[in-house]
Amino acid sequence: MNTTWSRFNIVSLVLGFAFLYLPIVLLVVYSFNESRLVTVWAGFSTKWYVSLFNNQPFIDAAWVTIRVGLISATVATVLGTLGALAMTRYTRFRGRLLFSAMIYAPLVMPEVITGLSMLLLFVAIGFDRGIWTMVLAHITFSMCFVAVVVQSRLVTFDRSLEEAAMDLGATPVTTFFRITLPVILPAVVSGWMLAFTLSIDDLVISSFTSGPGATTLPMRIYSQVRLGVTPEINAACTILIAIVAVGVIIASIANKRREVQKARDEQAAARN
Amino acid sequence: MQRLISSIASRLVIAVPYLWLLIFFLIPFIIVFKISLSQGATSIPPYAPTFDLSAGWQGLKDSFAQFSWDNYVWLVEDPLYYKAYLSSVLIAAVSTLLTLIVGYPIAYGMARAPTTIRPTLLMLVILPFWTSFLIRVYAWIGILKPEGLLNQFLMWAHVIDTPLNILNTNTAVFIGIVYSYLPFLVLPIYSALEKMDYSLVEAAEDLGCPPILAFWKITFRLSMPGVIAGCFLVFIPAVGEFVIPDLLGGSQTLMIGKTLWSEFFSNRDWPVSSAVAVVLLLLLVVPIVLFQRAESRARESEK
Repeated sequence: MNTTWSRFNIVSLVLGFAFLYLPIVLLVVYSFNESRLVTVWAGFSTKWYVSLFNNQPFIDAAWVTIRVGLISATVATVLGTLGALAMTRYTRFRGRLLFSAMIYAPLVMPEVITGLSMLLLFVAIGFDRGIWTMVLAHITFSMCFVAVVVQSRLVTFDRSLEEAAMDLGATPVTTFFRITLPVILPAVVSGWMLAFTLSIDDLVISSFTSGPGATTLPMRIYSQVRLGVTPEINAACTILIAIVAVGVIIASIANKRREVQKARDEQAAARN
Repeated sequence: MQRLISSIASRLVIAVPYLWLLIFFLIPFIIVFKISLSQGATSIPPYAPTFDLSAGWQGLKDSFAQFSWDNYVWLVEDPLYYKAYLSSVLIAAVSTLLTLIVGYPIAYGMARAPTTIRPTLLMLVILPFWTSFLIRVYAWIGILKPEGLLNQFLMWAHVIDTPLNILNTNTAVFIGIVYSYLPFLVLPIYSALEKMDYSLVEAAEDLGCPPILAFWKITFRLSMPGVIAGCFLVFIPAVGEFVIPDLLGGSQTLMIGKTLWSEFFSNRDWPVSSAVAVVLLLLLVVPIVLFQRAESRARESEK
């Protein structure tokens, strides 16, 4: 099939990837710009990073973002994994249709609607808005993404492994922790990462559900952007991109290692 | 005892996420619907009282009596709203088409690439998706500004003499949507094309079919499930988009997500913004149901 990979295909890929990556590259490059103007290059400088680290509101917002991200991603992973188990293991229970609709709907729901409805719930029950209302909102929309990721792994899961464990006398709970969880762990981990990224990136739902004193980094960046483009925001964006990039690279290396290990184990098993 | 624990555990597996979604996803929608039927007020919270459970059945009846469709009548009477709905759908449709035009060649190029580099290409398409949506939209401001990088480049290359005005127009919104949602479209088309049997195209060409016709009649036809899924994945969220029209669009860019936001945060009119949300939801129910049906059909055809 290599012969059919024509020049047209290569050109469209190069142009496509240039379109995808050039804006991000330019953003990163201009965060090191000496000049206050974002679009005029005046030499290399890291002064915007220095000024960013002296900018207390930004630091505070970063801490809020990380805290909300860690808590909500962890709870969302537990709930999403349970949801995926419910969807794949129990094909028949009352209200299953509603359940699957509630799992899939948040994936395509416009964020303004999710944000507004969560806020109105918190107002209706008299819950003071702040970091915790934001955490609850983030858990709710990101658990659905986790559920979909874990579910796709569970569908291909070989259930005879579980049956073997239970035949040998393991309880369903033990079977889950000793057999099922280790097998689906890569999907659970990538679900956690997805939930964490969704949480630290979110602007719209956070703006609706947070209260005074709980400002996240995207909210801070957004209110600055409305005042104009500055190299300091470019620097903040670059740091966010760097955090995510490092996470993705570590995850993919870990994944690769596991695959290599698995292939080796399989070879060893075949030899025996 | 063991059996009791297991049966409790299996019940909890369903009940915990179910209850969570009921409380934090379904009930909020019911509240939105309810508040969209109530009157605006200048109190905190800024709408007329909700249910008062202590008042019992009579109280419930009273509050039903207070429901009014005024907010919906308002939405119909004020041309701002239906214009915003209409232009959101229009902008989303045009952007979806543009995304398809940009994305299809990428997906096709990936599917025809040597199998060894396909995982890398896939990774390269997914990677930008991990960077913040807000950052990716922000990056375009610096590029599209009148004194921005695109204009600088075009003037340096003597393509244009005066800077183009792209930022704060609908064109910028189109660029922003295409850019942000491109991976959503490329991935389903790629997975449809990757499974395709290319000997069909070769057979057609051997029998004298021109390559373009063979592409249209075979390749494109077979990638249709991916195209449909991808288009819905772009269109549905694009209709309710807020960040892109707010940062890249101009004052004449009408989009319903932006209208809802300003109705809520600037005008503090919670009942009207709830009504806007309900209508937007109704507007999206049709494409969402169509999308889910297309998805389940695709899944069945795989079996």
